[in-house]
Amino acid sequence: MFRKFILLLLLVFFVTCSKDSDNLVEDDLVENSLTDSSSENGNETDSSSEAGNKTNFNRESMLTFWADSLIIPSQIKFEKEMQILDESIIEFAKTTNKESLNSVRLNWLKAYKAWQHIEMFNIGKAEEIYYPFRMNIYPVNSARVENNVSKRIENIENPNDYSCQGFPALDYLLFGLNSDQEELLKKYTTVDPSNDNNNYMNYLLIVSNKMLELTNTVVIDWQTYRNTFIASTENTMTSSINKFTNDFIYYYEKGFRANKIGIPAGVFSGGVLPDRAEAYYKKNVSKELSLEALKAITNFFIGKPFGDNNSETGISFKHYIEFFETKKDGISLAELILKQFDLSKESINKLNDDFTIQLDNNKMDMLITYDIIQKAVVLMKVDMLQAININVDYQDADGD
Amino acid sequence: MLISVVRFWINGWIKSLYIEPKFHFTYYGFSWIKDLGDFTYILFVICGLSSLFIALGYKYRISIIIFFLSFSYIELIDKTTYLNHYYFISCLSFLMCFLPLNSTYSLDNYLSNKSPTKVPKWTIDSIKFFVCIIYFYAGLAKINSDWLFKAMPLSIWLPSKYDLPIIGNSLMQQEWVHYLMSWGGMFYDLLIPFLLLNKKTRSYAFVLVVFFHVFTRVLFPIGMFPYIMIIISLIFFDNKTHHKILSYFKIITDYFRKVLSLPLPLNLTLKEKKLSSNNYSLFIVLLFFLFQLLLPLRSFLYPGELFWKEQGYRFSWRVMLIEKMGYTVFKIKNSVTGSYFYVDNQDFLTPFQEKQMSFQPDFILEYAHHLGSHFGKMGHQNIEVYADSHVSLNGRRSARFVNQEIDLLTQKRSLKNYSWILPFTDEINGF
Repeated sequence: MFRKFILLLLLVFFVTCSKDSDNLVEDDLVENSLTDSSSENGNETDSSSEAGNKTNFNRESMLTFWADSLIIPSQIKFEKEMQILDESIIEFAKTTNKESLNSVRLNWLKAYKAWQHIEMFNIGKAEEIYYPFRMNIYPVNSARVENNVSKRIENIENPNDYSCQGFPALDYLLFGLNSDQEELLKKYTTVDPSNDNNNYMNYLLIVSNKMLELTNTVVIDWQTYRNTFIASTENTMTSSINKFTNDFIYYYEKGFRANKIGIPAGVFSGGVLPDRAEAYYKKNVSKELSLEALKAITNFFIGKPFGDNNSETGISFKHYIEFFETKKDGISLAELILKQFDLSKESINKLNDDFTIQLDNNKMDMLITYDIIQKAVVLMKVDMLQAININVDYQDADGD
Repeated sequence: MLISVVRFWINGWIKSLYIEPKFHFTYYGFSWIKDLGDFTYILFVICGLSSLFIALGYKYRISIIIFFLSFSYIELIDKTTYLNHYYFISCLSFLMCFLPLNSTYSLDNYLSNKSPTKVPKWTIDSIKFFVCIIYFYAGLAKINSDWLFKAMPLSIWLPSKYDLPIIGNSLMQQEWVHYLMSWGGMFYDLLIPFLLLNKKTRSYAFVLVVFFHVFTRVLFPIGMFPYIMIIISLIFFDNKTHHKILSYFKIITDYFRKVLSLPLPLNLTLKEKKLSSNNYSLFIVLLFFLFQLLLPLRSFLYPGELFWKEQGYRFSWRVMLIEKMGYTVFKIKNSVTGSYFYVDNQDFLTPFQEKQMSFQPDFILEYAHHLGSHFGKMGHQNIEVYADSHVSLNGRRSARFVNQEIDLLTQKRSLKNYSWILPFTDEINGF
């Protein structure tokens, strides 16, 4: 008796399920104008083979592409720019004049732009040594820099010194000491009688050298970390695919949206905070750097190999989303996100090269830009993460 | 029916609970509630000790009351951590406060040299009934168009289990598997109480229970719940089975008795004994069930989509029904000058709380009021709080969730309908 019942139950399951897949298949059939729905089995194979394609997403090849075509090349490129910058600073120390200063300033901007492409890679060694925090925390703590300079501080490993090194510190040292170039050069030529040396030059060399050293560490580590990175395809809190997705979105939200636009525009404070703009002392490059960062974000999202304008795009977030996304009316999620990137670019382009001037003239445009950038945060944090079902970095807790 | 049934079950259940408090420690360490401070740990110790006493059957009545109070208190500290199975344990321990379950194999009996008593049948039945309610309501809740006709949210969750061995990259990716599991889950929940109640189907049902819960344990991070449910379903078996299982334990305990040369308690002469507080307990238990039967239905009192507004969603055995994600930020505005700024949620919430807050209306409102009073204290004037909130439900595109024109400070916290939540743009039919 009870066996019969169990059998019956199983039968019920089966019938309902196959009925159900019938419904599904029928929907598809209407589109395909196929009318043969006589054999149930046939329909089932149809639907499973359609869904069968879904299994083919190769996460390892996405991670390989990320590592080999995006992360490592852009880091090597940055290392090169950083090397050039460091050399020119050493040259500036040897022959301190207008020309060598200008060369340093030029190389600083080039390296800073290259940096925009790698700040988001806060994973592996970079995460371990707080690389992004030591390279680009702004605003620079200029009072502490002055203190470090005058006291000839050699060791800048203390986390309190993170805001006294990296690009913002160079920004201050190269542009902020004095708005007049002659006067600024004097700072580097005045010898401190107590040690027969120039304190500013001393600190400039320390900062630059530290930046290069940290960069070398990260680049070297990627040679071995690459394989670990690629192999970690599982869906867990610590797998590289999940961690990196989180890093990417976090960078967009914090490093790009908040730091570059939101905070200076006073989104979180009410009043504008122009001194929080990136490259505040150089003044007229904050827009350029923001655009560079957005370009890096967009390229990564669509999978455009770094430094390569010709070859085809590889597998990245765009394809990952498209793979998972069930048909939604009209425009796909990946397209929506890209469209929002485009609108953000347009909106940033309308701003003044110098965000501090923009904020003086018209802070509304900057707030509007922020709102446009913000829309993609929602699309990525809510829709994209749901579509690819990647856990955000929350504490591990039970669900029910 | 003998209470030994329950003894065994509590044993297993408590065993599972030992693990749970350990788990709690970790995330209570992260909890933003600091005013309880170290006391929280003491609470866990109390909770753990009382559960140990229950398992041993020592001072049963007082232990279960303490357990109920401490466990529920822990759960009530922060609703971020609300889970149906914690609620289940609270309810169950409440129920057990009124059931005289300290008889056979309990220390209470041993120490007082009382002969084990039979427990009234209704006490066992009430627990059975409670379990039936849970399963049945859970099944009922699955009868909705998203679950059955879109296989949502399983078709989001299952493909992401690609890293499971063997089935991960094959079965879990198949659409028909998602549908099979949706329908299977629904029928399982609806029918399993009856299968367990029927003597003939019972053992088969138990196999199903084990399979179902182990399977869900593999798939989803649901902690101890599957084990609890597996063990609790043993209560449906009659006492012979329990004695069989318990006889294994007896061999061990007999050994200890010999070693310690303890006198055996008066032997198992089964005497019927009327328990004095029965009527009083019975009344409370009946009230409890009335409450349990009606509470899950309260969602029908609210207009709007239940999954969207979540009014009457909690405490209703609606499990694993929705995949919901949100992103909510708050704008603090000065109503006179019109100037505003956004709040960085990380300044106030843990990431886990932020996640839960982002899509649950009651969290949003509570947090908005918290922000209002916080910035009020900081000296801000004419404060208005607006939410910029987007929520996505069961794979739908995200949509604006909170009416951004409404100052949330004007909305009081209550059980009334949330008029400030924008209507759901799609339709989900069913319970």
